[in-house]
This record gives sequence, C-alpha cells and structure tokens, in this order.
Amino acid sequence: MERRTFLNFSSLALGSTLIPFGRAIAAEELLTTMPVAAKKALADVALNAATKAGASYCDVRIGRYLNQFIVTRDLNVENVANTESAGVGVRVICDGAYGFAATSDVSNDGIANAARQAVAIAKANAKLQSEPVRLAPVKGVGDVSWATPIKKDWRAVPIKEKADLLIAANKAGMDNGANFMQSMLFQVNQQKFFASTDGSYIDQDVHRLWAPFQATAVDKATGKFRSRSGLSSPVGKGYEYLDARPEHKIKAAGGVATLYTESYDIIEDARAAGRDAKRKLTAKSVVPGKYDLMLSPEHLWLTIHENVGHPTELDRVLGYEANYAGTSFATLDKWESKKFKYGAPIVNLYADKVTPGSLGAVGYDDEGVKTKKWDIIKDGILVNYQATRDQAHIIGEKESHGCSYADSWSTVQFQRMPNVSLAAGKAKLTPDEMVKGIKKGIYIVGDGSFSIDQQRYNFQFGGQLFYEIKDGKIGQMLEDVAYQANTQEFWSACHSICDERDWRMGGSFFDGKGQPPQISIVSHGSSTTRFNGINVINTARKIG
Amino acid sequence: MSILTQEQTKRICDKVMSLSKADECIVNVEGSRIGNIRFARNAVSTAGLADDTRIQVQVAFGKKQGTATINEFDDKSLERAVRRAEDLARLAPENPEFMPAIAKQAYKSSETFVQRTADIDPEYRAQAAAYAMEACRKKGLVAAGFFTDRSSFETVANSNGVFGHQIATSLDFTCTVRTEDGRGSGWVKRSARDVAKFDPREAADVAIEKALRSVDAKALEPGRYTVIMEPAATSDLLGFMLNGFDARRADEGRSFLSKQGGKNRLGDKLFDQQVNIWSDPWDKDVPVLPWDNSMLPRERVHLVKDGRINALDYSQYWAKQKGARAVGSAGNVIMAGTDKTTAELIANTKKGVLVTRTWYIRMVDPQSVLLTGLTRDGTFYVENGKIKHPIKNFRFNESPVTMLNNIEEIGKPVVIGGDEANYAMLIPSMKIRDFNFTSLSDAV
Repeated sequence: MERRTFLNFSSLALGSTLIPFGRAIAAEELLTTMPVAAKKALADVALNAATKAGASYCDVRIGRYLNQFIVTRDLNVENVANTESAGVGVRVICDGAYGFAATSDVSNDGIANAARQAVAIAKANAKLQSEPVRLAPVKGVGDVSWATPIKKDWRAVPIKEKADLLIAANKAGMDNGANFMQSMLFQVNQQKFFASTDGSYIDQDVHRLWAPFQATAVDKATGKFRSRSGLSSPVGKGYEYLDARPEHKIKAAGGVATLYTESYDIIEDARAAGRDAKRKLTAKSVVPGKYDLMLSPEHLWLTIHENVGHPTELDRVLGYEANYAGTSFATLDKWESKKFKYGAPIVNLYADKVTPGSLGAVGYDDEGVKTKKWDIIKDGILVNYQATRDQAHIIGEKESHGCSYADSWSTVQFQRMPNVSLAAGKAKLTPDEMVKGIKKGIYIVGDGSFSIDQQRYNFQFGGQLFYEIKDGKIGQMLEDVAYQANTQEFWSACHSICDERDWRMGGSFFDGKGQPPQISIVSHGSSTTRFNGINVINTARKIG
Repeated sequence: MSILTQEQTKRICDKVMSLSKADECIVNVEGSRIGNIRFARNAVSTAGLADDTRIQVQVAFGKKQGTATINEFDDKSLERAVRRAEDLARLAPENPEFMPAIAKQAYKSSETFVQRTADIDPEYRAQAAAYAMEACRKKGLVAAGFFTDRSSFETVANSNGVFGHQIATSLDFTCTVRTEDGRGSGWVKRSARDVAKFDPREAADVAIEKALRSVDAKALEPGRYTVIMEPAATSDLLGFMLNGFDARRADEGRSFLSKQGGKNRLGDKLFDQQVNIWSDPWDKDVPVLPWDNSMLPRERVHLVKDGRINALDYSQYWAKQKGARAVGSAGNVIMAGTDKTTAELIANTKKGVLVTRTWYIRMVDPQSVLLTGLTRDGTFYVENGKIKHPIKNFRFNESPVTMLNNIEEIGKPVVIGGDEANYAMLIPSMKIRDFNFTSLSDAV
C-alpha cells in the first residue's frame, strides 16, 4: 500500500481546507447525470477520430467522479466538501504502441482533439517500442450497464444528518475514556462510461463509503497516550452501511470486541474505542518471543494485501514498478514450476472483482473486460497472477483477468489489484473453538502499522487490539506488539482457518502505485486464521 | 493557460471577491505544468505533460465556512464558484474553532523560479532517461526510473487586502538499476530547482555503480550497528519526526514533545549538541513560497538549536488560545552539516554499515516516534575506512529522536525533494552509532 496519500488520510491528519478529489460542488448538483445516449455519441466521436487518424484500437472513458467528505474533531465539524471531476480519457494503439490523452473539454471538438493527440503520442512511442502491444481478445458486449447495488444513496442523505452521526460517535468515544476523537466520512460515486472499437458501450455507476475514526486517551500524569482506530471496513455499498442492524454484529473470540458484517454501528464502535484507548494506557507490555497468532479478518486483510496481493501483480513481477513500488519474489519461474509452495496446503487465495459489497466490485474493468473470479494460490501452490489485456499472453491466458483501473478520467488505466481473499476453512471451526487449541498465543483484532520490503519477503505488522491467549483461554490486553516474518514462511505456518460463518472483508481506499502515482481501492476477505510460531517483538521505547 | 501572470491573477481575485456576498472571502489561484518520462526494462513506458490551473474560493458567514474549486476562469464560471462556496457555507455547521481571514501581509519574495528549468522540453526529458537506459544496456543491466519537472505559480488573496503571487520550478529524478540476474540493485535520487545543477549522467552512474557493487550480498547478523546514512536515507525519518512539532498536539499530550504533567518540551535538550534544524523560505538551495497554506507569512524558524527544541508550530487558533504568535508552517527543512563528503565519513569508520536508501517507513509508536522500515538498493559493510562488501538488507526499528542523539559525525548537506515527507530538504549524510536493525530481508 502506498504511500503519501494513504498516510495523509489514515493518520486523520487532514487540514481543514484539503480537497483531495477534485473541484468542489454544491450538494444539490450531485444527483444530476448525463444521459447515456449523449455519452455514447461523444464516445463515437473519439473512436471515429482515432481510427481515422490511424489507430488500430481505441478505448474512451467518459468519467464523472463525485465525492463528499466530512471531517470532524471532537464535537466540531472541521470541513464539509463536495467535489467533482469530469472529463474524457482516450487510449489508442497505433503502430503497435500505446498513446493516451485526456481532456476536460467534453465537446465533440475537444474529444476528437484528444483522440488525435493520443494517436500522435502512440506514433512517437512506436519508435521506442521494442515489441508491439498484444491485447488479449475481448468480444464487444454492445450497450450494457452495471451499478453498485445500493439501498440508500449517500448523495440524497442530508449533510446535517451525516455530520450529526460523526459528532455523536465522537461524543460516545469521549464519554467512554477518549480525550480526543477524530472521525471522517468518505463518500464516492464514479459515473464511468467506457466504449471501445471492440464494440462495447458500458455504463457503470459505482458507489463506495468509508467512515474511519481515531480515539486517543491521554494520561497527563505519566505523559503517556494511546489510540484505537475504528473497526469498520471501507465498502462498495450505499449509505445503508451506516444504518446499523443487530443481526450484522458478531462478537470477537472471548467477547473482547464487537465486530461488524453487512452494516456498521459507528457509535457503538466509538464507545468501545474510547474504553479500549484508555485500557491501553495500562495494558501489559508483551514479552517478545514466538507465539501462535490468531488474526481476525479486521487485521488479516492488510497482511493478505501486502504479502499476497502485491507480490502477485504481474507488472511488478515483470519489473515495471522496480523504481517505485518494487518487484516481487513470486517470479515467473516459480509460477512456471507449478510447485512453488507459497503456503500450507490449507491456504487458498483467490482474486475477484465480483464479490457484492467489496471495493473492487464492478461489472467491467477499465478495458471493458467482464469481471470474474480466479485462483491465485491453490492448496498452497502459486497458480496465477493478476493480469490485464496486454499481459495475458505472458502467462499463457487467452483472456484478461479484468485488472485494469485508472483513478480518474485523466489518468491512464494500468494493472491494479483486484480483491484478493483467503478462502474460508473447509472444516467447521469458530474463533472461540480456535482459541481452545492455543497454548501460548496472541489474538490480534484490527490493523495497525505495516511495512514490507520491496520484493515482499520481510514484513512487520502491528494492530489495534492485542489479547494474550494462555492455555486455551483469552487473557489480558497486551500492548507494544508487532510481528515480523517472511511471507512464504508465514503462510506455510498457517495452522487453521475458521469456516465461512466467520468470513468477512476489510480493505483500503488508498492503495498507491505507479509514477506519477495513482490510488486504487480494494477489499480482502478472510475468516479468523491461526499462524503458528511467529516472531513477536516488543515495540516499547524510551526517548529523552 | 497554466502559468498566469500576477496581473492576470490579480484581476481574477478582485473579480471573485467583488462577486462574494459573504462576510469574508479567501481566494487561491494555482497552476502547474508538469512534464514526465517513466522507463522500465530499459525502455520508455510512459511520457507526458499535464497542464492544470484552478481557483479555490473559500467564504464564511460568521463561523460557517464553505469551499469551492473550479478550473474555468470566465466571469460566469467564477460567479458559479462563489455561489457554490456560499451554498456550502450556509449548509455547513458552525465551527467553534473558526478563525477569521488574516490581515493584510507584506510577503518577502523568495527565489523559487529558474527559467532554464521552465524551458525543459520532451527532448531533454527523453535524453535524461536515455543515458541510463543506454548505459545499462551496454553493461548488461536493467534500468527503471522517472524524471519529472514542474513549473508552477500560486496566488493568494483575501477580502482583508492580502495578495501574493509567485512562480516556481523544480525537478526530480530517480533511477533504479538492477543486474539482469536480479542479484544486484542500485538507486539514485536527485532534486533541483535549477536544471543546470542536475547531471543525468552523474546520477545514472551512481545507480549503475551501486548495482554492480551490490551483487552477492552477504548476511550480517541483525543488531545495533554504526551506520553511515546517505541524505536520502534519513529524509523520511526526519519528516515523520518533524510532523510531531505541532504545538497543539504537544500541549494536548499527544506527541513525543508532550511532557509529564501536561506541558510540552519546548526548551528541552532532546538531541546531540551538533543537531541544528531550521526552516527558511529564502534559503538559496531550497527556497519555498513565503506563505503557508493558511496564507501566514513564513519566517526563518530555528526548530532545533544545539540539540534543544527551540520552536513549535502554532496554528492561528492554537496561538490565540496560548497567547503565542502564529508563524507560517515550515515549507522546507534544513539541517546543519559540515564540508565532509560521505566518502570521508566512510574513511573515518572502523566498522559500520553504509545505507543508500530507506523504504516503506511506518510509524510503530507515536509516543517515542518509533519507526520501522528497511534498507534498499545498496547496503554495504564498511571496515577500516573502506567499503568491504555488499550486505543483505535490514529491517530497522528505530526512533529519529534516538538517532539524532547518537550522532558521531555529520557530512555535507544535499538537496532532497519530498517523497513521503512534505518538505523540500537540505540534509547531510550522518554517521550514527547503535542504529537498531531487527531482522534481515532477502529482497534485492
């Protein structure tokens, strides 16, 4: 996960005037949309101009990206902003090379100019090209549409109602032990129209939501402070995610926390966070050593992201990210051997862009490829990567995996991570039953600091909540916990996975990659999972 | 359209403020022209030029505030932006911590613009990339890199009479060179305001040499070592620490600069006597705009003086609460050094580790600013004043506060552009004792 963008938001360090998504617009303008027929006519202008200029292939993305974010601190609303970014991006292949151009001038002339500019760039790039671009075939799908299945559109919910909810959450945290609360609401709507010379006209309406917060408790007498972040997931859902329902709450093992599935009770979680932050001030500092780790899905999503999601991106494997995000240990020869043991035989990790409610879920990717599900690690063996149309032939596939994404109409689409998830265990097992089999372990709930090397071998992760497990029982809260391991050794140490009743998703709004950098969104699902004999370090330090 | 003159932006700002019916109006106009070329596998992968100009209008009715941004500049669009900002201000709840627009200021301009850099064209970018690719092809190496140059302007104005306009240029180059068999990797980073101070051949040669020298790295046991950190290796660590200089967080007990009993550590000696860190918008090597995001004038501020915490960063609101004076937040960070080269630091080292670059640095504990991360693209063992052999990369768990307490020797400062740290930096190489490496990485 990269880098500056994520840091800015995850640390809740937003300035009161920061607008991350584009130009700001008033609330009442959000609900207007451009008719599909008008978008199709504009797309045809680009396709015709590009082919007339010599392109052998052209795709055009007409995008309108609407966002709203609300920032609160304690009992104050610090900022409310609506943003919009709209325009057209045209990608072509000419003389075997790519060209791309984008414009905010959404007129026939503006779009035709962009198409011709993309062709000119492709012709210039062709001189530097060592081998021509090879696109895996895609059959045109004609006129189709897809929309995130939302029940409540965030654009129609009054700002005051949303601000009041965040302030109520902050108050709940402060009433229960937190000295400071910060909370935010990110709301995203991407109206994306894709057309290509393959004969596709795809209209998509994508919605996403995230409500992160941070509770901080301070002990002035000792000068110590500790924080606990919210346990929600960013989701590909509507505002109904924040209409908490009792049937969507589950108890963590030993009842140490309430966790959330289809909807999220931010006030209840903030109340618990206030209590947890205060408890952390007096929690027992961990004794370093080897432990059996029991990792909740609220934590494990980030581990999956960093040491399975990123290493199996084919562009990294090939070296296209060598100067920035890095390469990968999961090299082509390991995949070609068909016997590279990525993890224990019970480890099955799959990729998809179809799971309802996930951040990656769309009907079609940004190359017009219908989305699907496929295996990455099967019975512990590396069996596949994540590929786009121009990469499929490298791994002997006849069609793309549908992994193309651009974070704006103005940026070029390239290979980005789909949802990558750990399949639930096949044997019946609940988290409470898992605890009973652990003699010396630590139960980790929620994600914390994360760091991994540029080839995804060595990693170190923290968390939000740590509980000692002793002789089959959950004991006291711990602090100063981080675990270090090597990716292959870690997944080989996977001992057991809870069944599908415990399976749920976490995810990221700000996965960064590329130069100039782009952000992407992705979910990762799992059940609570046990890893044996993992090295835990104590992170407590004294300064000055 | 992207680089507007002072006269053009003055007219735009005056027009916007005349359209506003709010109690106050703040205008920010900015534009940039950013060129880039990216390469990997010894071939160009992308190249482009992006122009962008936008205006941000912030208005307030009492303590209710709204913001709108637009990238069209005709009268109708400007009016639309003002009305949108006013609509949002009416919808927004009152902010009890609202601070009124600042009073009229006299900004002293800084030398942020160099015409030579603004004149960089696609041919120059291609040539900057080409040398690395060609040299690598000849030596059986593989280059990946990114060159980007930026020309920009910023204009600030408000209904109290504030007005400032300035243009700026910058460039950044990074290049990773790997051996074809993947056993060696080297890296270089160069940043400059003036393209005349950038030599793509010199830069590429550094990455090539490091790649060739880094083959067949040996494993060294994790532990505490004397390290020689090149400037790029410490820039992000310092950036994390400097984010903790916010006065409010320190006073509220939420920073490493908070003290037992509810006070802050202003005046405390936290670092080695040799440590002096300041910001200065008019510095000749890393000049920045003479105002910050809230339009407050920047000044030369000595953050750390002879190892003592000498100043904290006050927002307007917190300054008012504490009776302090708010000064514009730092845009650059300068650390005092010596004339010694990194080679001289190596020559003075009996046993140590030379670190080219640090990677994936994350906060583990904000209480102690404990950071974790890894070394990358050129880590070497030094013995008796010489680089003896390459070593495998390490993960570290270390606080920059501890690090700046353990300084043995300081080298010559060099310009480092912001990566994860949001500052232009002028940082020396440093020799530090007892740096804490906690595990080994197999990554090359």
